[in-house]
Amino acid sequence: MELLPTVWFIAIAVLWTGYLFLEGFDLGVGMLMKLFARNNTDRRVLLNTIGPVWDGNEVWLLTAAGATFAAFPLWYASLFSALYLPLLLVLVALIFRAVAFEYRGKVDTARWRTIWDWAIAVGSFTAAFGIGAALALTTTGLPLNSNGDRQGGPFAWFSGYAVLGGLAVVAFALVHALAFLALKTDGEVRHRARGWFVWLAPVALLPLLGWMVAVQLLSGKQWTWILVILGVLAAAAAWVLARNGAEGKAFGALGAFLVCATASIFGAAFPVVIPSTLDPAFNLTISNASSSAYTLGLMSIVAAVGLPLVIAYQAWTYWVFRRRVSAAHIPAAHGFLPAIAAKVLVGHAAPGPVGKHSRRNASE
Amino acid sequence: MDALEIARWQFGITTVYHFMMVPLTIGLGLVVAVIQTLWYRTGKIEYLRMTKFWGKLFLINFIMGVATGIVQEFQFGMAWSEYSRFVGDIFGAPLALEALLAFFVESTFLGLWIFGWKQLKRSVHLACLWIAVIGSLFSAYFIIVANSWMQHPVGVEMVNGRPVMTDAWAVFTNNTALVAVPHTLFGALGVAGAFLLGIAWYHLWRRRHDGIDSVDADGRAIPGEANIPGRDKADYKVWINSLRIGAVVAMISFAGTAFTGDLQGKLMFEQQPMKMAAAEAACHDGTGFSVLSVGNVGSKNCNDIVAVIEVPGILSFLAKGDFSTEVKGVNSLLDEYKAKYGTHLPNDPLYGDRAGQEIQYVPVMEVTYWGFRMMIGFGGIAAFAALLALWVTRRGVVPQSKWIMRLAVFGILAPFGANAAGWIFTEMGRQPFVVAPNPDASGIDQVFMFTAAAVSPGVSAAELITSLVVLASIYAVLLVVEVRLLVKYARGGVASAMPELAEARHGGEKEKKDDDGGTPGAPGAPRQPGDTDDVLAFAY
Ligand code: HDD
Ligand code: HEM
Ligand code: HEM
Repeated sequence: MELLPTVWFIAIAVLWTGYLFLEGFDLGVGMLMKLFARNNTDRRVLLNTIGPVWDGNEVWLLTAAGATFAAFPLWYASLFSALYLPLLLVLVALIFRAVAFEYRGKVDTARWRTIWDWAIAVGSFTAAFGIGAALALTTTGLPLNSNGDRQGGPFAWFSGYAVLGGLAVVAFALVHALAFLALKTDGEVRHRARGWFVWLAPVALLPLLGWMVAVQLLSGKQWTWILVILGVLAAAAAWVLARNGAEGKAFGALGAFLVCATASIFGAAFPVVIPSTLDPAFNLTISNASSSAYTLGLMSIVAAVGLPLVIAYQAWTYWVFRRRVSAAHIPAAHGFLPAIAAKVLVGHAAPGPVGKHSRRNASE
Repeated sequence: MDALEIARWQFGITTVYHFMMVPLTIGLGLVVAVIQTLWYRTGKIEYLRMTKFWGKLFLINFIMGVATGIVQEFQFGMAWSEYSRFVGDIFGAPLALEALLAFFVESTFLGLWIFGWKQLKRSVHLACLWIAVIGSLFSAYFIIVANSWMQHPVGVEMVNGRPVMTDAWAVFTNNTALVAVPHTLFGALGVAGAFLLGIAWYHLWRRRHDGIDSVDADGRAIPGEANIPGRDKADYKVWINSLRIGAVVAMISFAGTAFTGDLQGKLMFEQQPMKMAAAEAACHDGTGFSVLSVGNVGSKNCNDIVAVIEVPGILSFLAKGDFSTEVKGVNSLLDEYKAKYGTHLPNDPLYGDRAGQEIQYVPVMEVTYWGFRMMIGFGGIAAFAALLALWVTRRGVVPQSKWIMRLAVFGILAPFGANAAGWIFTEMGRQPFVVAPNPDASGIDQVFMFTAAAVSPGVSAAELITSLVVLASIYAVLLVVEVRLLVKYARGGVASAMPELAEARHGGEKEKKDDDGGTPGAPGAPRQPGDTDDVLAFAY
């Protein structure tokens, strides 16, 4: 076993875990914009819980992708090209979602907001589903030939595992978001989120559990089975804690469940990074897909300094914005007064008369 | 069109589009950070207003840079898997470092800046913006290191047919990158400069047109006030300051790009001589810089091209710093390239239908020739216009002419054009290589890759055409949305970014001179119900 590729396999698993944990709740909050929020004020409460942090969360995805490129170029190349169309959908979803967060409040009409609310909700759903499917397939297999290229056409990747993984991330994100909202909001939204969590969690965590078990059946090891059991315990604890109103602890326990899930999945897959469903000889593994020891060493040094720093300042952000958001904090939406179209009344003795243009503009 | 051509169109379109947002993000980010620093230092209300106004436009643009950047990050693996396999050992590292060391910083601290107006101490809040802006400079550095390695591979050794990094220092201090980074950053400043200049001009013109400002006997401005939120005397200062800052920034930008561009030309002459010759559409060896060449520039037959105006010696100066060195033309270079890198593509399935075809070493000359001239030309025009604008507005007034105002607004586009032209020239001039060979004495000139071998072998043309159509149409729609929002908020003036101005008037309250919106709440203090927060209006 080679040390550096193993370290980087773990690092990439950590990055994906960070991504699913952090963007997990903001993808979920995005979906809840349509499923849960009842009116515009609710929606703005939801948005403001993730407003300062969603972009930072998304960078975990970019870092996971970039680190895969740097540490395992063959993994990156095969996975991304094999899943061409699903990843295109993910990109479209992420584009709309990002733009929607920023543009939603920029025009004060119901129609405008509705468009972007849908963009957020559908975008979050699609991104969660696509990324779940991609991760499931990299742990269960793709029809790759000896060069690592997909055989069998644009949809050859499709399998039950893709659906299972997609559902797993979508459903987890929803539940995770409810736990997050219970923690980050106040008033009616907080109570409703907690109630929904208690109802939803027992069902919604099943697909992720299913994916965990599926990977164990394909390539599990003793210690990864133990992680599955620990995961189940953590999920149960999250449920009990949430019922008892311990919102912070419930959120933490759910996080522990996620860590057990990714650890058991990546652990079971190790050392294969993409199994080939055509011939096990074509499997991409940490040894045949990785960069040189020199590159991995360089990356290790930078990551050892950089990643803790990232975690530290992101944690600080959550601390700065730790106050609960509630409907009472949301100011009225501002329709704005365009300076130039409004009525012009000159307030001092200006020699220039008010021209007819400005009067025409006043009625615009 | 085959898969390769579609993939190239897609990469070109998405990257040029991304680079419409990028320079504005970098340039305007820097400018807003400087303005907020001025506010922090002087407490003058116009600087606060400028921060909020330009900050709002900055954010509208920023988000599009984020959205389109994600596509870039995925694209290498999706459409260019063979390229990714070949270069991964070197190229992946700067990309990963960009995300780890730059994107995290940018996105996190910008979030703090947007939402932290009241939660953070003023100094900390300002520091957050500076950190985010510095993050964007690092992002530019890392991505250009990656790109420069494609222009000029260094620090590697061939092992089993793939380059392997042996010297990270050489990769991260590639001389190509060290001049391309400042060149690109100066180019970005040019975009910000023209942006400030154009919009500020419009507002000054509008204030005069609406009769708010007037002119005294000496032609000096007399700022006035109108009974509209934000259109008071301080508003006048906002625009005149913005105009002057914009003009100065645009001029600095051009000086900077010219200086660094000259250095780049000299490197290009050594590292990619064919690109230099193609930039000149120069078939024969010579010293003259062509100001205008006619004929069928695109034809690969040199005898079709006639230089109409040529300044002797200038080309040598660009390439070598003297006036007499003969710069090699396409004809003599072709023989050299053929001798070194072969006349036909290898008979390898990776090249698809192109396997065994003759290699076209000359890039599309219309593009390189005009791309080079458009870059310099648009940049120069913008700088010259900025100089004129400073002179014309020296007494603090803009002319009443509507056409001059339109010209100033339209001029915002010139530096965008220069930037796009510069990249298109750089990237297309590198063809037919995606990783150009490095002809230095370092002995690694066998590290190169033809674009024809770079595309994903497993991805069909149908998939690529789908993504090209989907992405191009989404980008087109979003461009319309972005531009309309920018126009709306630009026309809305300061009050559109500061709703509190309108509210202060309603309550009959006078704005405080020095300290508006910046009162730091004690961090962590429990919020009172009904304690509304205009910061949220600034963002969502
Ligand atoms: C000279 C600068 C420059 C250049 C050549 C590029 N970019 Fe870029 N990119 C930026 C400068 C930048 C930026 C200014 O740093 C942006 C704009 C908005 C932002 O968040 O950062 C950005 C955003 C941005 C993002 C989103 C970051 C986020 O979510 O915060 C990604 C993933 C990329 N870029 C990736 C790329 C790739 C793979 C490129 C090459 C093909 C590329 N960029 C060219
Ligand atoms: C943001 C500024 C950039 C612009 C506007 C730009 C523009 C372009 C264009 C127009 C092409 C197509 C060339 C052709 O088909 O002949 C291209 C190709 C390419 N560029 Fe860039 N580029 C930029 C930055 C980068 C960077 C930073 C990288 C690498 C990190 C890069 C990597 C590539 C690759 C891999 C291709 C391959 C496709 C090809 O050669 O046709 N580009 N780029
Ligand atoms: C006298 C003025 C200028 C000169 C001599 C010059 C020179 C150059 C050269 C030689 C390159 C190609 C580098 C290569 O391919 O190796 C380049 C690229 C580029 N130029 Fe310029 N340039 C000038 C002005 C400008 C201006 C005004 C802008 C934008 C406002 C600009 C933006 C760019 C960009 C974005 C690139 C591509 C990225 C890069 O390689 O740095 N340039 N320039």
